[in-house]
Amino acid sequence: MPRKVQVQTKLNGEQVEFLCEPRQSLLEVLRDELGLTGTKEGCNDGNCGACTVMFDGRIVTSCLVLAVEAEGKEITTVEGIAAGNELHPIQQCFLEGAALQCGVCTPGILVAAKALLDQDSNPSEEKIRFWLANNLCRCTGYDKIVRSVQAAAEKMQEAR
Amino acid sequence: MSDQSYEPSMVLATKTFDVVGTRPVRHDGADKVTGRAIYGADVTLPGLIHGAVLRSPHAHARIKSIDTSKAEAHPQVRAVVTSADIADAGDKTVDLGEGLTRLAFIRNNVLARAKVLYRGHAVAAVAAASVHDALEALNLIEVEYEPLPPVLTAPEAMKEGASLLHDDLTTTELGKPTDKLSNVASHFRHEKGDIEKGFADADLILEKEFDTSTVHQGYIEPHNTTALWNNDGRIQIWTSTQGPFTIRDTTAAILEKPVSQVRVTPTEIGGGFGGKIPVYIDPVAALLSKKSGHPVKIVMSRADVLEGTGPTPGSHIKVKMGVKNDGTMVAAQASLAYEAGAFPGAMVIPASMCVFAAYDIPNVMIDGYDVVVNKPSTAAYRAPGATNAAFATENIVSAMAEKLGVDPLDLRLNNASKKGTRRADGPKFPRIGCVEVLEAMKSHPHYSAPLEGPNRGRGVAIGFWFNAGLPSACNIAVNADGSITLVEGSPDIGGTRTSIAMQAAEVLGLPIENVSPSVVDTDSVGYTAVTGGSRVTFATGLAAIRAARDVRDQMIKRAARIWGVDADTVEFEKGVFISRNGTENRMTFAELAPQLAATGGPIVGRAGVNPPGVGGSFAGNIVDVEIDPETGKVTILRFTAFQDAGKAIHPSYVEGQMQGGSAQGIGWALNEEYFMNPDGKMMNSSLLDYRMPTSLDLPMIDTCIIEVANPGHPFGARGVGEANIIPPPAALAHAIHNAVDIDMRRLPMNPVAVMEAIWQKNGVTD
Repeated sequence: MPRKVQVQTKLNGEQVEFLCEPRQSLLEVLRDELGLTGTKEGCNDGNCGACTVMFDGRIVTSCLVLAVEAEGKEITTVEGIAAGNELHPIQQCFLEGAALQCGVCTPGILVAAKALLDQDSNPSEEKIRFWLANNLCRCTGYDKIVRSVQAAAEKMQEAR
Repeated sequence: MSDQSYEPSMVLATKTFDVVGTRPVRHDGADKVTGRAIYGADVTLPGLIHGAVLRSPHAHARIKSIDTSKAEAHPQVRAVVTSADIADAGDKTVDLGEGLTRLAFIRNNVLARAKVLYRGHAVAAVAAASVHDALEALNLIEVEYEPLPPVLTAPEAMKEGASLLHDDLTTTELGKPTDKLSNVASHFRHEKGDIEKGFADADLILEKEFDTSTVHQGYIEPHNTTALWNNDGRIQIWTSTQGPFTIRDTTAAILEKPVSQVRVTPTEIGGGFGGKIPVYIDPVAALLSKKSGHPVKIVMSRADVLEGTGPTPGSHIKVKMGVKNDGTMVAAQASLAYEAGAFPGAMVIPASMCVFAAYDIPNVMIDGYDVVVNKPSTAAYRAPGATNAAFATENIVSAMAEKLGVDPLDLRLNNASKKGTRRADGPKFPRIGCVEVLEAMKSHPHYSAPLEGPNRGRGVAIGFWFNAGLPSACNIAVNADGSITLVEGSPDIGGTRTSIAMQAAEVLGLPIENVSPSVVDTDSVGYTAVTGGSRVTFATGLAAIRAARDVRDQMIKRAARIWGVDADTVEFEKGVFISRNGTENRMTFAELAPQLAATGGPIVGRAGVNPPGVGGSFAGNIVDVEIDPETGKVTILRFTAFQDAGKAIHPSYVEGQMQGGSAQGIGWALNEEYFMNPDGKMMNSSLLDYRMPTSLDLPMIDTCIIEVANPGHPFGARGVGEANIIPPPAALAHAIHNAVDIDMRRLPMNPVAVMEAIWQKNGVTD
């Protein structure tokens, strides 16, 4: 068995340290070593987007990142979107807009959608669809997801 | 593109309600937007180890030997199992909720016995300290195969002299067993009227053949299970499933256990669409647990999901229909050959129930063939069988309208099934909404909106799904603060906890926030059939209504006791108990609830149902497309989905079902297929190559809910999960035809297929 590597990283705003095998993906370590099972595995080859996390300000599929690459980086998962007990507007709008059915793609979509809203406060429908095109959803047909992202954009603008 | 001036919901269910028909936030919502919800793959237990399954590289082969000794010697391996670890099922039959099935078909799919029947067929499994170790150890298992020629489509498998999958499968011909060894498990027929006379009366007869590809349900969450075979012999399973009781009963049958020794906890589930009804890995994980003494978790890879589970049948369909010049349909004939995959059970019976169900035709003949082929054993997929069939029927109906020079919706309206119409397979329709769906389509602004420009076309189609009843149970406990806890056994895949809770809230006059619903394990609620057949909001909803009424009736007795009046004098109106026996007494639900302990003890309402009043659902689409004449790519410009939901209990989730079903139907129509090489290997077993619609591929999907109340349900609900997937391929084929004058009779209608049809029309040869 390969020797484990010590990794220090910032996860959802908190400093964490873990041991992992060099072959373990960030997704595997998040779920199995750090207990953050909100990030989902749908394909393990970068094609479904269910494992989307923020990695030093970039959207990545965590199944295609090795956990050792997290050293010194900042990572945000779905568990890091809400501010304590306060849901983020994107989460609230997904609930009010019925933008999830089974909910398994939802964590990745929320991470990606929040990243979009952080850099564009008023994205067009086309831009939302383009931005979320790496996040497969099989339940909703995307209609209510797109509308809920639009609603969250409005809500966030009102709050400013 | 939605037209705000149009009233989207055509309400024929005239009663009004307080909770039913509103749009509350779902009870499991917060957990699902914060990552806290526990899905099957998220389960962990002390001492957990990980399993992996070795799968066949051949589509058809005899297993000559399996040597697991090297895998067993791997230092991290804790257990290895093969088919030899499970008893042979022989001729045993089991009823797992859908009639009698040969147990051997299920058991031999879980772990192949003497033969592998598709690439991806499970052969052996390993449990090890980590999933990486387990995958490594799979490579150490040595299997010697004797490859056999595969048969991959129904027409091929039906040919005389075709390679036979099973040594003991004989055709059941028109209900009678024969001794003919064959890949055709059964041939059945439904007849109505006189088909020959019907065609003789017709002025116009159209006959065409159609082929549809194998497609997968495509849920984003792979199959998973965690099993613990405890030291007392009891088995516990945590899994993402549409049917915890099905998993329990099947696992018990395969492992020769009484069902009381198996407990299944359904976790949150990441999509199913019919594909998470069958048992695949649960008995395997249980055996690995028994051998290793550890709880064992197995999570399938995406390739395993595509190669080893689902899919839904590919099919070869012939349809012939006759119509008079005045637009009266007089005869319809279909031959439906559906691919079951490795084991009998193609979804051809439901297909036969739906193929002509939308039309009142006096003379009908339907032949169905359940054909085994060397592909994964097929599973249900949202209105299973009906989408393939409607692709054929609706093509011919639209072509008839064109030839007769009438509006395609008018021809449908002229022949639409109504209350009293008898289907060829027997049942007479109760009140249905076929006419109302068609009228809504015709009057919708989308239908009359101008569509200009070259290579653009508009198409329409409709579809029918009969929906299901089946057993459901529900318990409701009253809390001292006036809230209730509701437990039920239907895994919630799209908001049904809430749609069920809303029905109990309506009966008891409670705000929805005062209902706390849970989906519980198989030891904690009565038998509940699968989440499938569009049945949960209807049937489990009915169980909740009855359980709530039981609570109400018991509380009426307590109120009467407190007031010292006869219970017959106590009424219950919108959450208030009232006695008008002389002096008027009033007490709210919340005022009575804390007095239960002192007046006889806690109250638990309960109900078990197997409801007969099932209401079928019709769905329709209007779709506008533009074809790129250079590439053959079909772009959807506008899409409107119509469906008779009966009373829409939670309209947002009704719309969600309609939009999701439409998107799956669009994927089936335009992109998705199992692309098999001649050896039976799926060449596109990843989500990059098995192309499901992305957000960029689809427009907004406008919805129009039609509410023709189902007389078989107290609030008029029908169930809305499935009919919506049926019309998209047919509607898109019609739109493509109207755009570029080609007749698409094969799915998928991908760019290559569209280009070939355009070239053929233009006489271009390479």
